[in-house]
Amino acid sequence: MKTLTFVRQFGEVLLAIAIAPLFAGWIAQCRAWLQNRSAPPLVQPYRMLRKLFQKDVALAADASRLFRATPYVLFGTMVLAAAIIPSIATDLPFAQAADAIALIGLFATARVFLSLAAMDIGTAFGSMGARRDMMIGFLAEPALLMVLFNAFLFSGSTALPGVVEASATHGSFIDPSLIFAAIAFLMVLLAENARIPIDNPATHLELTMIHEAMVLEYSARHLALVEWSSDLKLLNYACIGFALFLPWGIATHGADGTAALALAAVALLAKLVVAGGIFALIESLSAKLRIFRAPEYLATAFLLAVLGLLVHLLLGA
Amino acid sequence: MTVDTILKNSAILPGNLPTHYLRVNREQWLQTAADMRKENATLLSLWGADDRDRDGGFRIFAAYLLPRVVLVVEYFLTDTVAPSYSSIASFFPVAARMQRAVHDLLGISTEAPDTRGWLRHGGWPETTFPLRKDFDGDQQYPVAAAPYSFVSVEGDGVHEIAVGPVHAGTIEPGHFRFSVVGEKVLRLEERLGYTHKGVAKLFEKTLQRDGHRLAARLSGDSAVAFSWAYCVSLESITGTVCPNRALWLRALALEQERIANHLGDLGALGNDAGFAFSLTQFSKLKEDLLRVNATAFGARYLMDYVVPGGVALDLTTEARGALLTFYDALEPSVIRMHSIFEEHAGVQDRFREAGRLEKETAEQLGAIGLVARASGIACDLRAHPCSKPYDALTPKISIQTEGDVAARAQIRFEEVLESLRLCRKILADIAAGAVHATVPVAKENQIGIGLIEGWRGPVMIALETGPDESIRRCHAHDPSWQNWPLLEYAILGNIVPDFPLINKSFNLSYSGQDG
Repeated sequence: MKTLTFVRQFGEVLLAIAIAPLFAGWIAQCRAWLQNRSAPPLVQPYRMLRKLFQKDVALAADASRLFRATPYVLFGTMVLAAAIIPSIATDLPFAQAADAIALIGLFATARVFLSLAAMDIGTAFGSMGARRDMMIGFLAEPALLMVLFNAFLFSGSTALPGVVEASATHGSFIDPSLIFAAIAFLMVLLAENARIPIDNPATHLELTMIHEAMVLEYSARHLALVEWSSDLKLLNYACIGFALFLPWGIATHGADGTAALALAAVALLAKLVVAGGIFALIESLSAKLRIFRAPEYLATAFLLAVLGLLVHLLLGA
Repeated sequence: MTVDTILKNSAILPGNLPTHYLRVNREQWLQTAADMRKENATLLSLWGADDRDRDGGFRIFAAYLLPRVVLVVEYFLTDTVAPSYSSIASFFPVAARMQRAVHDLLGISTEAPDTRGWLRHGGWPETTFPLRKDFDGDQQYPVAAAPYSFVSVEGDGVHEIAVGPVHAGTIEPGHFRFSVVGEKVLRLEERLGYTHKGVAKLFEKTLQRDGHRLAARLSGDSAVAFSWAYCVSLESITGTVCPNRALWLRALALEQERIANHLGDLGALGNDAGFAFSLTQFSKLKEDLLRVNATAFGARYLMDYVVPGGVALDLTTEARGALLTFYDALEPSVIRMHSIFEEHAGVQDRFREAGRLEKETAEQLGAIGLVARASGIACDLRAHPCSKPYDALTPKISIQTEGDVAARAQIRFEEVLESLRLCRKILADIAAGAVHATVPVAKENQIGIGLIEGWRGPVMIALETGPDESIRRCHAHDPSWQNWPLLEYAILGNIVPDFPLINKSFNLSYSGQDG
């Protein structure tokens, strides 16, 4: 049984690593369709990764060890995060070791490393991107915490598997407070993953970049790992969202035979397909915010999450 | 002196607009500039010529645009060892960069304190001047780049961001040095000249009948405007009467060029605000137009359509039909996109108040073209002083007063629709007849001025003929010269990430100004 649990754990992590670029490719495809463009093939992100892994690294002369280590740190933290998030099954040994607050810590670690690496080279763009990203980060993290507290209140647990288990056993979870929290979460997700309306992943304008400005100096396998970690981060966020708000199909403890796991995998893919479409729709409909509107945007997310908490407390659980 | 006295004392130059020609001495050079400033004239261009082989000295020219006429002022410098003239930058600030360029190319200097090279980036030695007649254009020099001192801003927390000349996107090269505190821009200094190709020198090796081809390629997005300006300067020197049908077809091509560029800019403006949908929509519309261009005019970007004496191709009935069908499809799409822009809160939030250029600043610094119209200055050579064939078309000038990105976008929308109206009128009223007249070989040492309102603003060609169908000197002037310095003012107080949007709303030519 113990071995099976670990097989499940590693299987889930490997699946996340494998489909993360596919999810990014799917969003790109939906976006292209919505904007009347012919879409790049679904496997384009994989081709990009293969191309980057085959290239030789061009390293800035002033790059320190930190700069070279950061892509591996990023990738490592995102893989670890994928291990904690119950995307298919809740019975995860890793998830017992770290709760959702530790998860936010993991994302923060990745952010700190990336910002340090961006400043390490000493170019104007790196520092510019780093300071903008830090501004977004310190506003987004409290909002995300508030969203999680909503879920914690419901389930009485700070671990994500606990949240999923609770909603699976309690059943009725269409609750006004969760709707507030869900909207807040979606806003944070877009901001944290460098997407419109906060950042534009497709931009070529170096002065407007946030995430892209930080990774401008990366090349070849380093860049591949950075890109892959970004894809993984987006997938992780989506899976956190599913665990909090749409836990249908996730195999719970004790009911996780092969059939249940297969069903969970299918449910995950279906949810990703829909979520990707929604992300692309939001990105196509909105313009990028002026950067000093970002605090208002994230404050709104925070406020919505707090409203969710209040609604929950006032209505009385 | 008043304008009337000046004009009474002046000669007439060949040109498509009423052009007067005044020869002055050193004091009068400065006095005329002061008088022109008082009359609210616009400095169109400033350029020099090496005439030591012919007359034993250098010449410096300035062209001013008055409400009804163009005045070309010429000052002959007899000193060939250390030629110098008085800077007119205190009256016309836009002259500063042109004077630096004149020094780089001809070695004629002013007393202006800014002696940094503008076009010379170490590609040739400091003591060599490529536009002098004794310079061999085929001569190669090793690049010896020297440091360029930007004006530095000091203060608590102020730092610099250096951008370019190589950018993250596929655009022309130019260097921008921002002095910022946080995200707020305190000062922007441009450094251009990276695409200096020596077009003026190349003109000296070009035959008069081929010059329009070179002019069209100075800034490829203004091919019609430049080649028309060239052709009309040659035609005025030779006294060629261009057939009416050819003139109307040139106007049709010019409006097509205006629509194409405006469509491209509008799409890019939306895209720079993160609204990618607009880029794909406008790119499609622009591509449709380019394809119609290929069928109707034989070239997507209308290269070499305008030739001396007329146009290269007559408009067939099928081409006319294709154009009309295209206009019928284009107009509702543009109107629809306009309302999408207007109703999109995100786009409007980015556009409004961004990169505001006040009317006073624009007037003092001599803004021209689209940028000036967005800041409330009524100037459009198609309307006044109007030249053929626009006198029969009566174009309506678009004016906005806000001077921000939204105003410049609005001007583009209005001009696209107005150009569509003009194009339909041309197709409806165009007379039958020849589209080409023979241009005789021009007499030598004649100067002709061609001025055409391109989509950015007035494009100028000053052509001086040489013997045996050669070109003695041809000065091509892009309106970007005037409007680049204004960008430095429009960005003040804005935040760094808004610069690309503001820059795109100006969309100035690097190649055209670098020459």
